[in-house]
Amino acid sequence: MDWQAIGLSLRLALATTLVLQVVGMPLAWWVTFSRRRWKFLVEAVVALPLVLPPTVLGFYVLIAIGPRSPVGALYARLTGGLLPFSFAGLLVASVLYSMPFTVQPMVAAFGSVDRKLLEASWCLGISRASTFRRVVMPLARQGIATAAILSFAHTVGEFGVVLMVGGNIAGVTRTVSISIYDQAQSLDYAGAWHTSLLLVAFSFVVLAVTYSWQRRAWMLWPPH
Amino acid sequence: MAATLTANCRCVLPGGFRLDAALALPLDEAPVTVLFGPSGAGKTTLLRLLAGLERPDAGKIVFRDRTWCDTARGVWLEPQQRRAGMVFQHYALFPHLTVERNVAFAATGQAAARMMERFGLSGLAGRLPRAISGGEQQRVALARALAASPDLLLLDEPLSALDASARIRTRRELRGLLASAGVPSIVVTHDRTEAIALADWMAVMVEGRILQTGPVREVFARPASAQVAEAVGVENILPAEIVSRGAGLLRLAVGRAVLESLDGGESGPVLASIRAEDVALTRDAVGASTQRNRLTGVVRAIAIEGPLARVEMDCGFALVALVTAQSAADLNLRPGESLAAIVKTTSVHVIPAG
Repeated sequence: MDWQAIGLSLRLALATTLVLQVVGMPLAWWVTFSRRRWKFLVEAVVALPLVLPPTVLGFYVLIAIGPRSPVGALYARLTGGLLPFSFAGLLVASVLYSMPFTVQPMVAAFGSVDRKLLEASWCLGISRASTFRRVVMPLARQGIATAAILSFAHTVGEFGVVLMVGGNIAGVTRTVSISIYDQAQSLDYAGAWHTSLLLVAFSFVVLAVTYSWQRRAWMLWPPH
Repeated sequence: MAATLTANCRCVLPGGFRLDAALALPLDEAPVTVLFGPSGAGKTTLLRLLAGLERPDAGKIVFRDRTWCDTARGVWLEPQQRRAGMVFQHYALFPHLTVERNVAFAATGQAAARMMERFGLSGLAGRLPRAISGGEQQRVALARALAASPDLLLLDEPLSALDASARIRTRRELRGLLASAGVPSIVVTHDRTEAIALADWMAVMVEGRILQTGPVREVFARPASAQVAEAVGVENILPAEIVSRGAGLLRLAVGRAVLESLDGGESGPVLASIRAEDVALTRDAVGASTQRNRLTGVVRAIAIEGPLARVEMDCGFALVALVTAQSAADLNLRPGESLAAIVKTTSVHVIPAG
């Protein structure tokens, strides 16, 4: 088995999950409570990775972070390196790709917190930020955990995006799914078998645990 | 009297409901004010406007010397800056926190401990809100709001989440708690008995407008308009005296007659309030039912109002009954006739005369 690839996938999934918790939470908060008319546009953009072919997303990310783009140029100036075909580049792509898996469970969880509880806290003189920390976070704990688990699992399983943005560099961007692809291409069916079975078992356990916690983990945008 | 709180708010709700309310309350002279009106009159919306949870399309709210909201000058204070404690209809206790932590949510440990003591919650300190009764939840909500030392207390239908027997008990308790809170309060209710029992001052709201404000007794005694009279329409409010009590019942002397009611723990001079539709009329001799208050009297006047007949009786005191026009015809009612009026024990509401 390609332990290097498995290790890389786990590192990528962990990093992606952490970044998404930080980025996704305020976004989910905004989506839950904003009354802006154009909110649906943001919802649609966040949900895009659910329906887009990963190669399309990967292609645009590749262009967007390339050395000729403003983002890629800035990154090169700051670090001296390039984003495409690097771990950092993979991370950017993974964050976008797994965004709906963080934001949607969080929106579902935030939306199920009774708004009266927030208002009660505000009327007690507690700021919005503290109210979020002291009322919303504890009550949405399950949804936040679901978001983390799904994002982690989804990142472990990504293929097309990684191939487009990261290529196939051992130890840098060759994740477990690409390793399986390599093994099958080189007719190493035993290796592909083992690694695939590991991924199936991993994914099944993650989903079983998640569903046992929360019935509606996979629902799309909750009604609001 | 100088107004402590003035509010002048206009807004249109998403459903098209229009609120255009002008309110001026002397909260320092009359600490407990009831905002009274039928369901859908906009009472809760007005309370939320006062709390800062809704923004008016146009309006101005001034409490003491602070402007909370003035759309003309672009002044807006967030709920956090208004120091107006809110007790929600279903109390909105934080379900993940114990009673003690709920009360201490926005208070120093000392203030919270004092409130726990005063509201008799010490025995429930470690319980979660779902594990205590409705009446206890209400006390926790009140203690939580007061522990944050607000300048004004707003209560939205504080008794409506309770079952009937708890409501009667809690009503009396709540009056005492509000009167001794040291903070003026505004209580929303659509219940006439509650309004009389709780408030010093009363504002009547109908269809988004404040129609009359004044001392409770005065508003009930002298409604300024037919709309207010209809809104406050308790036909029978009778001065009564408690004669005796026992087995959960009170015996009340009303005029020459004696009425029975449920014992809510009242004492001293009281008012017995009876809705006209709760009075039944009969020609039968002594009925089989012993649970009922049976009064003999003379018919003074009959007025047919659509499908209903309003019958004014003299039972040693004036009693108004509302029966169907059909049964009035069946009884062949005529002024001057003698008749029996029957009122169920549970339909006699006892209100402290204060």
